[in-house]
Amino acid sequence: MNESYDLVVIGGGPAGLAAASTAARAGLATVLFDENPGIGGQIYRGITANPVRNRAILGEEYWAGTALAAEAKASGATIVNGATVWSLDASLAVGVSVAGRARTIQARRVIVATGALERPFAIPGWTLPGVMTAGAAQTVLKAQGLLPNGRTVLAGSGPLLWLLAAQMLRAGARLEAVFDTTPPLNWSRAALYLPDFLLSPYFKKGLALMREVKRRTKVRAARHIEAVGTDKLREVVVDGRRIPSDLLLLHQGVVPNVNLAIAAGIDHRWDARQLCFVPVLDADFGSSVPGIAVAGDGAGIAGGTAAAERGRIAAIAAVRALAPDAAVPDPQSARQRLQREELGRAFLDELYRPPKALRRPEGGTIVCRCEEVTAAEVRKTAQMGCEGPNQMKAFLRCGMGPCQGRLCGLTVTELIAEERGRTPDEVGYYRLRPPVKPITLGELASLPASEAERRAVER
Amino acid sequence: MFKRLGDTGATLTLTVDGKPIRARIGDTVAAAMLAAGIDHCRTTPVSGAPRAPYCLMGVCFECLVTVDGVGSRQGCLVPVAEGMKVETQLGKREAGR
Repeated sequence: MNESYDLVVIGGGPAGLAAASTAARAGLATVLFDENPGIGGQIYRGITANPVRNRAILGEEYWAGTALAAEAKASGATIVNGATVWSLDASLAVGVSVAGRARTIQARRVIVATGALERPFAIPGWTLPGVMTAGAAQTVLKAQGLLPNGRTVLAGSGPLLWLLAAQMLRAGARLEAVFDTTPPLNWSRAALYLPDFLLSPYFKKGLALMREVKRRTKVRAARHIEAVGTDKLREVVVDGRRIPSDLLLLHQGVVPNVNLAIAAGIDHRWDARQLCFVPVLDADFGSSVPGIAVAGDGAGIAGGTAAAERGRIAAIAAVRALAPDAAVPDPQSARQRLQREELGRAFLDELYRPPKALRRPEGGTIVCRCEEVTAAEVRKTAQMGCEGPNQMKAFLRCGMGPCQGRLCGLTVTELIAEERGRTPDEVGYYRLRPPVKPITLGELASLPASEAERRAVER
Repeated sequence: MFKRLGDTGATLTLTVDGKPIRARIGDTVAAAMLAAGIDHCRTTPVSGAPRAPYCLMGVCFECLVTVDGVGSRQGCLVPVAEGMKVETQLGKREAGR
């Protein structure tokens, strides 16, 4: 690894892989940092060392990631896995820790491709062992070939819920039921965007998945989900009906993973359709911080194929800025493919918009998992006059645990907005600061220090 | 809670709280613990409630464990290794003590 690179790409999912490949092939000195043991991100997790022999289980969509991974490996980009990026700032210095040693890498351009995470699903009992996200079950299926073997219930809404159900059924899992929390009224707003969706690649795929799942397991509409147990999950209560369960898998869509981008000082705004904060970006995915672009689902949710195109567009812009004479692909064709991928998004966003009751919990339901702060506490503190998530920290410590607000940030913003009659944009999000991932003091101390830095702390 | 699809791949042994468990090369610490039927990996500092991996993708920090003496490692991001010593993290925060 060098001390500086033309381009640092952070995240090895489709956006990061496509960006690193495009830039490295055009001649930029490129490094890709990814915190996982292997490349692929979440969607193509385990793509280079997959233990699942039967390709039909994960489906052809998954295996499409093979080409992207191979392209990145052949591109000449330096790919570093197990690399935790904990800081990024306007000087384009990237703080990264690899194998217990921290260093600062200087970039001329940075592409943040930190992707998405699953939207908080704060229901009673969601902190119990035995309750996980659907994405978690998919992660161990892809990367470790693990399949739930107890009484398993899926609940929530969105494309990933159907995909996971299909993959688990193909692998031989038995599902007690799939509870679909999509509000039926969503169809009326979604219908406006149906014509575009019919033309999108997701239409046929989605329909086939839903049919496959409905043929092989019970699918029921549901409004209220509760996980019950003391030391671990014992039963799931769905609209008053009790279902003895060992594993409850929750999912209600994905949202951008904003922690690094916000800590880097990038402007974000509330996206009223996707109900999350997204970075403010130009047509090349350049952010408000010169030299930093945000590509992939971190730029707003559009899916894995779109993420790769966004990565290419951002990388082409980086090449044009740093090496105007280098040969790059025409970004127009990437933009056209991106447009086609994004065609059905409005329909999916409207259809799978999670209901208020599942985004804005009440009473004793835990909102901040780390600090065990309840919805009632957040609501009461907002009623008392607390105006935003940062002030809320001082009262309740919400967002101050190890996850740094990743699992409660959106819920806290929405609860304060509701209680105070403000928009989420007015309420804002947690102020995030580096390090955005935990590093040890030893790692920090291992950073090379200049003579001036040493003198600054000497007495 | 979880079983392996097929018994493919080489295995190794690590210990969790001193007890040996078999894992597969390519497992993360959190995945190996799930496959071994360990139902929680830490208790919370606030109420002492048990917690198990929730997201398995590095964002929820529920799978925090001590690995070879270093505390608060994200079990879902650390690959297993032969002889690795994993300890569950226990204990309420004792403010004011």
